Amino acid sequence: MTKSIDTSRRNFLKLTSLTAGGFMIGFNWITNEVKAASVIAKSAAADVGFNSYLSIAPDGLITLFSPNPELGQNILTSFPMIVAEELDADWSKVKVVQAGLDTARFDRQVTGGSGAVPHSWKLLRTAGATARHMLIEAAAKRWNVPASECTTENSFVIHAASNRKLSYGELAQEACTIPVPENVKLKDRKDFKIIGTAVKNVEAKNLYTGKPLFGLDFYRKGMLYAMIQRPTAFGLKIKSVDAEEAKKMPGIVNVVTFGNNVAVVGNSTWEVMKARKVLKVEYEKDGSLESTDDHNKLFTSLMNSGKADVQRKDGDVEAAFKNAAKVIKSEYQCPFLPHSPMEPMNFFADVRADGIELIGPTQTPAATRTAVSKLLNVPEEKITVQMTRLGGGFGRRLKTDYSVEAAELSSIIKAPVKVTWLKEDDMTGGSYRPAVRYRFEAAIDAKGNMTGYKLRGVGINAGNCTRQDNFPSGAVDNLLIESIEHVSPITTGAWRAPITNFLAYAEQSFLDEVAYAVKKDPVQFRLDLLQRARTNPVGDIRYDIDRMEGVTKLAAEKAGWGKKKGVAQGFAVYFSHRSYVAQVCEVKMENGKPAVKNIIAAADCGEVVNLSGARQQVMGGITDGYGHAMFGKLSFTNGETDQKNFNSYRLIRMREIPEIETHFVDNGIDPTGLGEPALPPTGGAVANAIFRATGQRIREQPFIEHSVFTGKKVKSTMKNTEIK
Amino acid sequence: MPKYQLKINGKNLEADVAADTPLLWVLRDHLGLVGTKYGCGIAQCGACTVHMNGVATRSCILPVSGLENAEITTIEGLSENGDHPVQQAWEEVDVAQCGYCQAGQIMTAASLLKKNPKPSEAEIVRTMNGNICRCGAYHRIREAVKLASTKI
Ligand code: FES
Ligand code: FES
Repeated sequence: MTKSIDTSRRNFLKLTSLTAGGFMIGFNWITNEVKAASVIAKSAAADVGFNSYLSIAPDGLITLFSPNPELGQNILTSFPMIVAEELDADWSKVKVVQAGLDTARFDRQVTGGSGAVPHSWKLLRTAGATARHMLIEAAAKRWNVPASECTTENSFVIHAASNRKLSYGELAQEACTIPVPENVKLKDRKDFKIIGTAVKNVEAKNLYTGKPLFGLDFYRKGMLYAMIQRPTAFGLKIKSVDAEEAKKMPGIVNVVTFGNNVAVVGNSTWEVMKARKVLKVEYEKDGSLESTDDHNKLFTSLMNSGKADVQRKDGDVEAAFKNAAKVIKSEYQCPFLPHSPMEPMNFFADVRADGIELIGPTQTPAATRTAVSKLLNVPEEKITVQMTRLGGGFGRRLKTDYSVEAAELSSIIKAPVKVTWLKEDDMTGGSYRPAVRYRFEAAIDAKGNMTGYKLRGVGINAGNCTRQDNFPSGAVDNLLIESIEHVSPITTGAWRAPITNFLAYAEQSFLDEVAYAVKKDPVQFRLDLLQRARTNPVGDIRYDIDRMEGVTKLAAEKAGWGKKKGVAQGFAVYFSHRSYVAQVCEVKMENGKPAVKNIIAAADCGEVVNLSGARQQVMGGITDGYGHAMFGKLSFTNGETDQKNFNSYRLIRMREIPEIETHFVDNGIDPTGLGEPALPPTGGAVANAIFRATGQRIREQPFIEHSVFTGKKVKSTMKNTEIK
Repeated sequence: MPKYQLKINGKNLEADVAADTPLLWVLRDHLGLVGTKYGCGIAQCGACTVHMNGVATRSCILPVSGLENAEITTIEGLSENGDHPVQQAWEEVDVAQCGYCQAGQIMTAASLLKKNPKPSEAEIVRTMNGNICRCGAYHRIREAVKLASTKI
C-alpha cells in the first residue's frame, strides 16, 4: 500500500521506505526542470514501482535504475556515476539495474542523438544530492548537531568535531522521514571525485563470462522461435506462397503469411532456418526496382535540373559567382550503408488477451509500444516493454519494424515468440544510411577571399541531406544551401550521426580544396572563417565559434600541425549533436600507397563523465567513421543488395586500424554528448591527408576503390573539381 | 532425432537434435549456453568462437554430429570464477562497448595465448583480425591481449 505524505510535490523525487529498512528515491523524468521532491512511504518492498530510483539498503548497497537503453555508449555506467558523485557514494557498493519502459516515471527513454547525458545531467545530480541532504539531516538529528557541521564521504555521514560517523545504510530508515528539500546545492566541479575519472563498465563481469544480457539471449519456457522471409528486393511484393514442404519439416509448428512477410515458426532456430530454405515464395513487382547505376544517373540529372528546396540563403549568391575571380566546384558521393550491428535484429513478443509483453533490444521503447498499440489496437497501458542490452544499434534499432512484426506474429499464432533475423536479413532488408551526392561551389575574389558558397545535396530517401546552419554558414557573405530528395522503395533511416556521417567528410574535403586553391594553410583558413563569423556574422549562427575554435587549435597543437616531417597531415573539424570534434590524420606512403597511420582527435563534449567511456566513444566513433569511409559499400541491382553478409560486405578489422589519440577540452560546461560527434570529421581528415600524400582528392566512398589504392582508374559519374 | 553426447565445459551433456545442427545453436537453443553469439553464421565474424580440444573454432559452421569425442569449452566454462587471465585483462582494460562480440574475442585470445603465451604484436593482430567488432573496440582488444600475455 502506498501512502503519499505529500502528493502535491511529487513531481521529481519520490521517497520510499522498504520493509527491509532501506529507502528509495524515484525521480520523475517527465519534467525537464528540476523541481521539488516529496516523500511517499511504502509499506512493502514488493509493490515498489521498480523504475528509475536509487535505493539504499541497510547493508549500504545503493541501487540505481537506469532508464535508457544501453548499446555500448556506456550509459549504464555513466548515469549511476553522476548520481553516486552527488550522493558521495562508495562506488564499490553501487548496483545498477536497467529499467523497463515507464513513461509515467521516466522521460526520454531513448538512445539516440547523443542526448542521454545532456538531457539527464541535472536530474541525476539532483537525485543524488537530495538523498545526500536527507542522510545528513538524519545523522545530524541523531547526533543532535547542526547539519552544517556534517560532511559525507564514501557512503558515510561524518561529524568530524565529535569524531563520529554513520553509514548510509544505518541512516537509510531515518533519512526517509526527513522532509525532502526544495532546493539542494549541487557540487562544485572541483570537488568531483567520480565524474571525470575512468570508471569501468558495470556490466564487465557479466559480459566477459557469457551471461544472458542481449535480446538474442532471451528465452522463456514455452516460447517459439521464428524467422521471417521478407521480399528479396525493394519494390517487390508477394505473389504466391507455397509452404507445404516447409510445414512438414521437423520442429516446425506453423508457417504464416502477413503483409509481405512469411513467418516460419518452430521449436528451435536451426529447424526454422532449415525450413525457411525450402519455402517457395514468388514475388511480383510493386514499385521501381532500382539499381546503383540508376541512382548514379538520377544523381546527375537531379543535380543539374532537379527542383531543390532552399534550406538557407544569405546575400546575393548569383552576383558573388558572377564577379568571382575564381570558382571552385566539386562533387562528392556516398553509397547506402547497412548499420550492421553485431547482434542481428530480434524481438520477443507475447500477445495475450490480458496484455502484451515485449522484450528485446530497442533504442526507442516508447515508440515501440505506441506502434504495437496502434497496429493491434490495444491500449498502451496494457503493453509492457523491457529493454535488453543491445548488441550495437547505430540507429538501426531506432526503428520499430522488427519489434512490431514480432508482436503481429504473436497475435496471429497466439503464442509467445521470438523473431530472429539472420545477418543476411539485416543486410538485405534493413534500413540504410541513404546514398547522397553533394555539389559544392565556392566563389573566390581577387584577394583570395571566399565570397560565395553553394551546396546542393541530392539524396535518396534522405530528407534534407544538408545541415544548412552548420559551419561555414555565417562566415560567408553569399550562401545558398539546397536539397533534393528522391523517393525510393529502398528503406533508409538514421545511421550513427545521421547525414553528417557523410556530409562532414564532403564539406571538410571541399573546404580543404578551397584552402589549397587560395594557398592558405587549411587550419588557418578555417580559423580565419571562424574569426569572420565572430566579428561580422552573416545571418543566423547555430554553432559555438569559441568551442569550434578551441578543438581546432587543440587538435592542431597536439598533432604538431605542419611541423612534422615524413608524414602528410589532413585536418577536419565538425560540430554535430551539440559537441565539437577536430581531427588530424597522418598518412605515410608505403609501397606506393597511402597508409593511414594516426588520427589525433580533440573533442569538446563539455564535462567528461566517464573518461574511459568517453575515450571509447571517440576511438570507436573514429574507427567506425574510418572503416566505413574506407570500405563501406552497399550496392543494388534491381532493388536487391549485392552484398548479403560479411563475406561480401567489408567491415574494418584490427589489421586496418590507425592509432588514435584522444584529447578533451576541459571547459567545465555541462555535458553535450559524445555517442556520435567523433565520427563525422574522420572521413574528411583522412581524405585530406591522402591528398597531401598523393595529390589525389578522394570524392567517393568507399575510399578503397579509388585509384590511389587500386592503381586503376575507375570511371566516375560525378563532376570532378573544376577550377575556373 | 539422434541424441548426441557432448562434453562441454567439463560436463557430459546430451542434445537431441538433427545431425547437421551447428554447435552454436545446440549451445544456445538446447543447452542454455547463450554466451556464444551468432553474428554472421558463415564463419566470417568470430562471434561464435568456442574451443574445440583447446583450439579456437567457429561454432556456427560446426555440425554437432562430429563432436562426440571433442572437448568443447565455451565462454561460460573458460574459468570457474570469470578470472581467466584474458577475462581479467578485458576487465582491466575496460574493453567492451556493446560487448556482443567480446565472448568470441576472449575465446580467440585465450586460445592464442594457450598456444603462444608471449605473442608479438603482429601475431596478436594476425589472430584477432578474424574477429569483427562493429563498435570498433580493436585498440583495447589488442591492448588487453598484450596485458593478458603478461599474466599467463
Ligand atoms: S557467427 Fe560464426 S563466425 Fe560469425
Ligand atoms: S563491442 Fe560491440 S561489437 Fe564489439
